[in-house]
Amino acid sequence: MADAAHASAAPVAHQFDDFEQQTIADTFGMWLFLATEVLFFGGLFCGYSLYRNLYFEAFTAGSHLLKINYGAFYTVLLICSSLTMALGVRAAQLRRRTALMVLVSLTWIMGFAFVFVKLRYEWYGDYLEGLVPGLNWAPSRESMEMINHFHAAGPHVALFFIFYFCMTGLHALHMVVGLGLLTTLLIFAKQGKVTGGNYNWVELVGLYWHFVDIVWIFLFPLLYLIGGRYV
Amino acid sequence: MLCSFPLKPPEASTLSVEWDYLYYFLTALTIFFSGLIFAAVFYFAIKYRRREKNEVPPQNEGNLMLELTWTIIPSLICVFIFVWSAHVFMRASSPPANATEIFVVGKQWMWKVQHPEGPREINQLHVPVNEPVRLTMTSEDVIHDFGVPAFRIKRDVVPGMYSTEWFEATKTGQYHLFCDQFCGMGHSTMVGTIFVMSPEDYAHWLTSQLNTKPMFASGELLYTQLGCNTCHTPDGKPGVPPLAGLYGSEVKLQNGKTVTADDAYLRESILGPESIVGYPPTMPTYQGQLNEEEVLQLIAYIKSLGSPGERKATKQ
Amino acid sequence: MSTVAVELTPTLPEVHYLNADYGWRSWLFTTDHKRIAWLYLFAITGFFAVGGLMATLMRLNLIEPQGLLMEPASYNKLFTAHGLIMIFFFLAPSIPTVLGNFLIPIMIGARDVAFPKLNLLSWYIFMLAGSVFMFSVIRGGVDTGWTLYTPLSTTYANGHVLSAAVGIFISGFSSILTGLNFMVTIHKMRAPGMTWFRLPLFIWALYATSVIFILAMPVIAITLALIALERVFHVGIFDPALGGDPILFQHLFWFFGHPEVYILILPSMGVMSELVAAGCRKRIFGYSFVAFSSVAIAAISFMVWGHHMFLSGQSLYAGFVFSALSFAVAIPSAIKVFNWTATMHKGSVSYDAPMLYAIGFIGLFTIGGLTGLFLASLGTDVHLHDTYFVVAHFHYVMVGGAIMGYLGGLHLWWPKMTGKLYPEAWARFACLLVFAGFNLTFGPQFILGYLGMPRRYAVYAPEFQVLNVMSSAGASILAVGYLIPLIYFTWSAFKGPVAGPNPWGAKGLEWTIPSPPPTNNFDETPIVTEAYAYGPEEAHVG
Repeated sequence: MADAAHASAAPVAHQFDDFEQQTIADTFGMWLFLATEVLFFGGLFCGYSLYRNLYFEAFTAGSHLLKINYGAFYTVLLICSSLTMALGVRAAQLRRRTALMVLVSLTWIMGFAFVFVKLRYEWYGDYLEGLVPGLNWAPSRESMEMINHFHAAGPHVALFFIFYFCMTGLHALHMVVGLGLLTTLLIFAKQGKVTGGNYNWVELVGLYWHFVDIVWIFLFPLLYLIGGRYV
Repeated sequence: MLCSFPLKPPEASTLSVEWDYLYYFLTALTIFFSGLIFAAVFYFAIKYRRREKNEVPPQNEGNLMLELTWTIIPSLICVFIFVWSAHVFMRASSPPANATEIFVVGKQWMWKVQHPEGPREINQLHVPVNEPVRLTMTSEDVIHDFGVPAFRIKRDVVPGMYSTEWFEATKTGQYHLFCDQFCGMGHSTMVGTIFVMSPEDYAHWLTSQLNTKPMFASGELLYTQLGCNTCHTPDGKPGVPPLAGLYGSEVKLQNGKTVTADDAYLRESILGPESIVGYPPTMPTYQGQLNEEEVLQLIAYIKSLGSPGERKATKQ
Repeated sequence: MSTVAVELTPTLPEVHYLNADYGWRSWLFTTDHKRIAWLYLFAITGFFAVGGLMATLMRLNLIEPQGLLMEPASYNKLFTAHGLIMIFFFLAPSIPTVLGNFLIPIMIGARDVAFPKLNLLSWYIFMLAGSVFMFSVIRGGVDTGWTLYTPLSTTYANGHVLSAAVGIFISGFSSILTGLNFMVTIHKMRAPGMTWFRLPLFIWALYATSVIFILAMPVIAITLALIALERVFHVGIFDPALGGDPILFQHLFWFFGHPEVYILILPSMGVMSELVAAGCRKRIFGYSFVAFSSVAIAAISFMVWGHHMFLSGQSLYAGFVFSALSFAVAIPSAIKVFNWTATMHKGSVSYDAPMLYAIGFIGLFTIGGLTGLFLASLGTDVHLHDTYFVVAHFHYVMVGGAIMGYLGGLHLWWPKMTGKLYPEAWARFACLLVFAGFNLTFGPQFILGYLGMPRRYAVYAPEFQVLNVMSSAGASILAVGYLIPLIYFTWSAFKGPVAGPNPWGAKGLEWTIPSPPPTNNFDETPIVTEAYAYGPEEAHVG
């Protein structure tokens, strides 16, 4: 809840009657935006479901070609970053500027680690193994062995990888946007703009960050864990 | 010329008459309700026209009975239309078992037709009158649509799958064939003619065509040329199914599911070996080596090797 | 009969939103929702002219069975561009961004929308989208039809699919942000006393439209991204040779595409309620039924997409479900038509242009809606699918319905937006021309469809010529009917007589403030006690 005495010092845009109305409207707007994001990712999930149903063996093979250790690492990283983000919201509520800055920075670092490791190690590794459809689809010998092990067809495994790159790519893009939001938030925090009783900005960025995290929670099992790991 | 343009397509199939009844009913309904609304609006606009600049009429919130009436009655009419129309659609989608099968391959921008007896046509289809005909169709490139207005039939022709439609022509004559799904530059010229002939004329036409090798015979030739017979021997090899009696039988897939070995299954097996086949993927793919017409010929050949339960000497 | 006071010699307010600030910066960097509405008005009028020019060329070409003016390759690009421009760059924005932007805050008693800067950003995104799309048109255009079916659009088409897809993709974000803005505004910024059931029905309709914006536009965005991906990288998402499924595209596209057409008609239905209420000086009959109908249409619209795919190869049983639901979505529209008609009963019916457009809408939308039943019903759809019957049906609802509503709304609120009156005689004349021209253009197309003439045909069988010529003749009348308002609206903005706050004697918050309104809309926040407060109620309460 906004603190009435200090809230009056916070700026209220001219179209709003008071601080509370502005806060509620901003939060509602963010939730609506997240709803659009669900539908945006939804199209990809829909296509993924169809093809997984049609070509289960190929999807299993493709899933086994992914580097599950990286996937698990990202999952842990993102869950922790959501924790630090939530603690950051709390810090803002309690007007602890330093704590907020530390927590936002930690969140940023973990987010950056996610993107960096993904691009530099995981995706580059996939590229080296010839697993990027459209760019250089030519699975290495080991990869072909995995594909044959599951009696899958090459083109259908390529289809899996298209969805893998699209879905995780779109997610990574959202992470990058999130990093931008966190940077802005860090600047605002440094300037003391969000620890004077008007912590709503922190909450909004938090909402977005949690959403991106949740998308990953869905992506990880759907992409990395098909068919179990008892190969 | 000004007076002699048609307002109605020919009624030339068993479906056309049934279809037209439904269409006329809907047209009458449209005219009736539009007329009702037009009349009401017109009448109110005149009777209650504003007579003084500043007048305000007495207000009326609404009337629940009226709302329910004009919600429930249209809903009931809609249910009626839905049921009737679904019935017509079911009839249009259910070819009789004894229908003659003719094969159509659409490609940018022409229709290639194959009769099982052998004759091939381009942008034309000769059929006998009063006999049901079932078209099995696929596309070599983009989505097309084989539409015959006189028969009131139409179906999308999709690459990668077989679609079917059927008709029973009731009047001899020539009728338009149109491509009804936008398919690129030549879409409006991808048209043709359906020739409906008496059974005698049709039989005569069949035998007078130059290309009279039956489809299954063409398929058999391909079978040998492509070396299919080296693996698919009559007794079968380990991991290689015998083809006699395959068509129409139940096949167990590698993932445990069971499917019927129909046209789509055979096409998938030939062009893109998958675990759908039900056997380890040692069969090479023939994608790129065969066009859709040749695949249909091979399927005709496999069909000729008998359905399950039939004891037929295989041509090996 | 009670009366309403209509000011005798109105004057323009000294300071209002149009003269509050001068210079190009005050317009291009404005956050005033009313000025943003004008920015959109100019943009979409330009796009309408381009789309209309394409339609003119198409109808001219169709005078001759073998094509009068051009080769099929060019014709294909024309109808694709016509469809994409009219849908994405004219119709979808028209009422929401022009009338919606201008009126929503005023009608609910607010000073502006919830996010004014986002509102301006939406316009810039729209302009960027339009530029990218026009770039693709100028470079040579797309020739896939607006529906962009695969594998034609991804693998076989030679046109500029990528830049067109990018343009549409960007425009989707403009719509999403506008929808988001409207929803938050309507939810959170209503004046005291403005409960949901005291809202003008225009607001209900735009609210329902905004819900569809939010949920449907992202789906077309991702679908376009997939097309672009396939086109650039030649991966096989929709290519059967690589295991892809072309029908998946159709499902994704129409999941967006059907709600999209309700984006096109719902706002117009909202305008209709205002036109009829003002034109009859009467509370809309069955207010809550009309309000709930808007919501029902929005909800059911997401469940009927398969009726575009009855013949595509989807299962028979899916067809049954989609057909049944498509009938269901027709019922709320019918309820609205009946309620508007009932409002006219014992009303005080004006013959001014707004009411004439409303009457035209009722007639044409009824025909358009009823002909939709032919397509919703499985059996009849077989023969009529992809023929001119479909073209006639959707033009009846989108032009006879949506555009008539838009024009009616422009006429109704023009005095509020400019402070000036347009010339009534010319407006009535233009309305009649539009009505007559429209019916002559699209009426014969129902028959052409029944005869079996397919849509998207550049050349056609000779026996279809007479009906095509009739249609083209009608199009020329329609074109004149659309040009005339362009002229008198422009004239009236400079030379028209002063309108005053309420030239129609109508009820609603917008008529209580000056014309043109001040930048902040209200000097004092209004307090609302009822909607359509035209007078004492009769004993007749349903």
